[in-house]
Amino acid sequence: MKFLPLLWSSLWRKKIRTIFTLLSVFIAFLLFGLLMTIKGAFSFGVDIAGLDRLVIIHKVSLIMPLPISYADRLKATEGVTEVSHQTWFGGVYQKPENFFAQMVVEPEPFMKIYPEFKIPPDQVKAWLADRQGAIVGVDLAKRFGWKVGDRIPITGTIWQPKQGQVWDFNIVGMYDGDAAVDKTQLFFRYDYLDENRLRGEGLVGWYVVKIADPSRAQEMGAKFDTMFANSSAETKTTTEKGFVEGFAKQIGDIGAIMIAILVAVLFTMLLVAANTMAQSVRERTSEVGVLKTLGFSNGAILTLVLSESVLIAVIGGALGLGLAWLFVQNGDPTNGMLPIFILPARDLAIGAALIVVLGLVAGALPALNAMNLKITDALRRS
Amino acid sequence: MNFIKQTIAVTLLNLRTIPQRLGSSGVAIVGIAGVVIVLVSVLSIAQGFSAAMEQSGSDSRALVMRSGADSEMTSGLGAQEVDLIKQAPGLRREGQTGLASAELYVIIDIPKIGTNTPANVPMRGVEPQAAQVREEFSIVEGRMFQFGTNEVVVGRGAKVNFQGLTVGNTIHSGQNAFQVVGVFETDGSIAETEIWIDARILQGAYRRGNTFQTVLARLDSSQSFDTFRDWLIANPQVNVQVRRETEYYAQQSRALSTLIRQVGFGIAALMGIGAVFGAILTMYTAVSTRSREIATLRALGFNTTSVIVSVLSESLALAAIGGGIGGVLAYVAFNGYQTSTMNFSTFSQVAFAFQVTPRLLGMGLTYALIMGLIGGLFPAVRAARLPIPSALREL
Repeated sequence: MKFLPLLWSSLWRKKIRTIFTLLSVFIAFLLFGLLMTIKGAFSFGVDIAGLDRLVIIHKVSLIMPLPISYADRLKATEGVTEVSHQTWFGGVYQKPENFFAQMVVEPEPFMKIYPEFKIPPDQVKAWLADRQGAIVGVDLAKRFGWKVGDRIPITGTIWQPKQGQVWDFNIVGMYDGDAAVDKTQLFFRYDYLDENRLRGEGLVGWYVVKIADPSRAQEMGAKFDTMFANSSAETKTTTEKGFVEGFAKQIGDIGAIMIAILVAVLFTMLLVAANTMAQSVRERTSEVGVLKTLGFSNGAILTLVLSESVLIAVIGGALGLGLAWLFVQNGDPTNGMLPIFILPARDLAIGAALIVVLGLVAGALPALNAMNLKITDALRRS
Repeated sequence: MNFIKQTIAVTLLNLRTIPQRLGSSGVAIVGIAGVVIVLVSVLSIAQGFSAAMEQSGSDSRALVMRSGADSEMTSGLGAQEVDLIKQAPGLRREGQTGLASAELYVIIDIPKIGTNTPANVPMRGVEPQAAQVREEFSIVEGRMFQFGTNEVVVGRGAKVNFQGLTVGNTIHSGQNAFQVVGVFETDGSIAETEIWIDARILQGAYRRGNTFQTVLARLDSSQSFDTFRDWLIANPQVNVQVRRETEYYAQQSRALSTLIRQVGFGIAALMGIGAVFGAILTMYTAVSTRSREIATLRALGFNTTSVIVSVLSESLALAAIGGGIGGVLAYVAFNGYQTSTMNFSTFSQVAFAFQVTPRLLGMGLTYALIMGLIGGLFPAVRAARLPIPSALREL
């Protein structure tokens, strides 16, 4: 601790150099934070997908509908605690660029299966009372400036109403949730869709089923699929987590691309920092000689140089990660394309560890050189 | 004249001594190369994706969808509507038949090679005119499927990205089985991700009755588009929208390629700042290790501008080397890299290849030079301002 002033003054020996090194490390970890956030955004909240929730889709493909009659058969199956279904509505609000997800659900089972969507009780009551009622995520409401009580028209692209092309919804409530919950969706009632659509009566998109015992997920899935085998709509069951992961993988391996970029960034910054450290120690050869003459042990010299390099990494890295975190707090900058825009604590911890590693690796070689310096050589070398 | 000679002399001196400062010069080169690799490779993704989408259209083809539908996936047309569309003026005819193909567009679950997870592969039901409507269509392996059977042909991109799409294989999907009998190509367009089948068979397999989703029409010429569209829009018996095929695909690719480009430029801009710091450090080092030489030169009467130019040239040279290396590496590693992603307008897969174009390489090099220029500027000014007496005393 008492060497802190020494450390500090050697850090500022060449101000410009130290500042630029700090800035390089700062940029590297700012990028680290942002890229990890993008990586997370493209995994569509796979971390919160429940293991006790199974998704049942049509075996041929997700776009093929399933009959509503499956709901009763699923409910009657032993081990099933809750059955809900969802349908992709795919409508357009004002213009196609305003894309957001609209889901058709039955309110009660939906809210039981997804407790992570937090809706105030009076709004729940209003939703149950209003057939045209819709619940929107708080982020979505902010995007379009909607308030509870607003009436919004949405043009159907898949589902046509019996008259015209526009479906009207009353916003009766808003849902919130923790950072990992997608708050950019609109949910409305299945009975409203089913009674008013031109064709496709009695069809739903897919089922989400909650089971009592998550360890039996595989077995239960197989049971459902056998139950509907050889019918006109055969099914394929996966856990919700597997379903979300599969969906994310369809986009391509964004995670791998982000990590490849990060490796390039960190490697470059490591070189810059290591070079600066080496340079700065080389310039101080005679000072190291003096320190050794004064009785500093080899270990002390090693620690001193390493601490200097770690200190630079920590200051720059912490500022970078901090700024990335602040930026992410503001939410998705792309207007709804990346609904889950958070920097998880786990990635922050990885970043912190990388900062220390970067400091140690960058300082290692110069520190070893300084340690092995002979006093006579060091003093002669000026 | 004397000034130019001086400048050249100092610059050459600087450049010739780069090997003595290999360590720090290497850092600047690697830093800039890293930025250029990232910039070029990320943009090559966007380039490849939008190229696949944009090549997919022809000006002289029109896509007819139900009005209100935002993609082929959500469109739907009845058999009577299809018959009417095929009678529209402006449509090219060969003998009695109009060159138009009523089609179905669905997705089928097939595992992706590499991840083994199911992917939404687009499957297109076509009519016999489909190949004539798309002149670029050709079979490259096997043969065309026979109409009226469960045979299919697969696009080149689909074959390399998804499992089991080789000639002679059978795809099982629900209760259906489809035999792959051929592989086709369409000049690298998005159709190469698709599986083609007889529309009538697909109607049965997907329980679509006698309905279709779109009609793709080959026009007399690209000028007949307005005639064709106006006639259909004015006709009260059909409720459709008509778009040029090029326009349709361009619109579908816009959101994703814009996102990739923004992310790419954002990352490259930030990394660029980092690399500029690296370059500045390198050039400061270069200047400070030679401050005595520089002071000597100036004491001898060399003017400050030539010193500035020499430092800038050195930094530009390093940047050019870094940019060159970065561009070459990006080209070698990523050009033609095959992959597939999801097209969000239809939730179906699009196979494409990364494209490192000369324009992107030029962009990378320009960016490298800009970084070199900024990185050299401050050290250059510092070198020029160095007070001669104290610099001579230094070290």
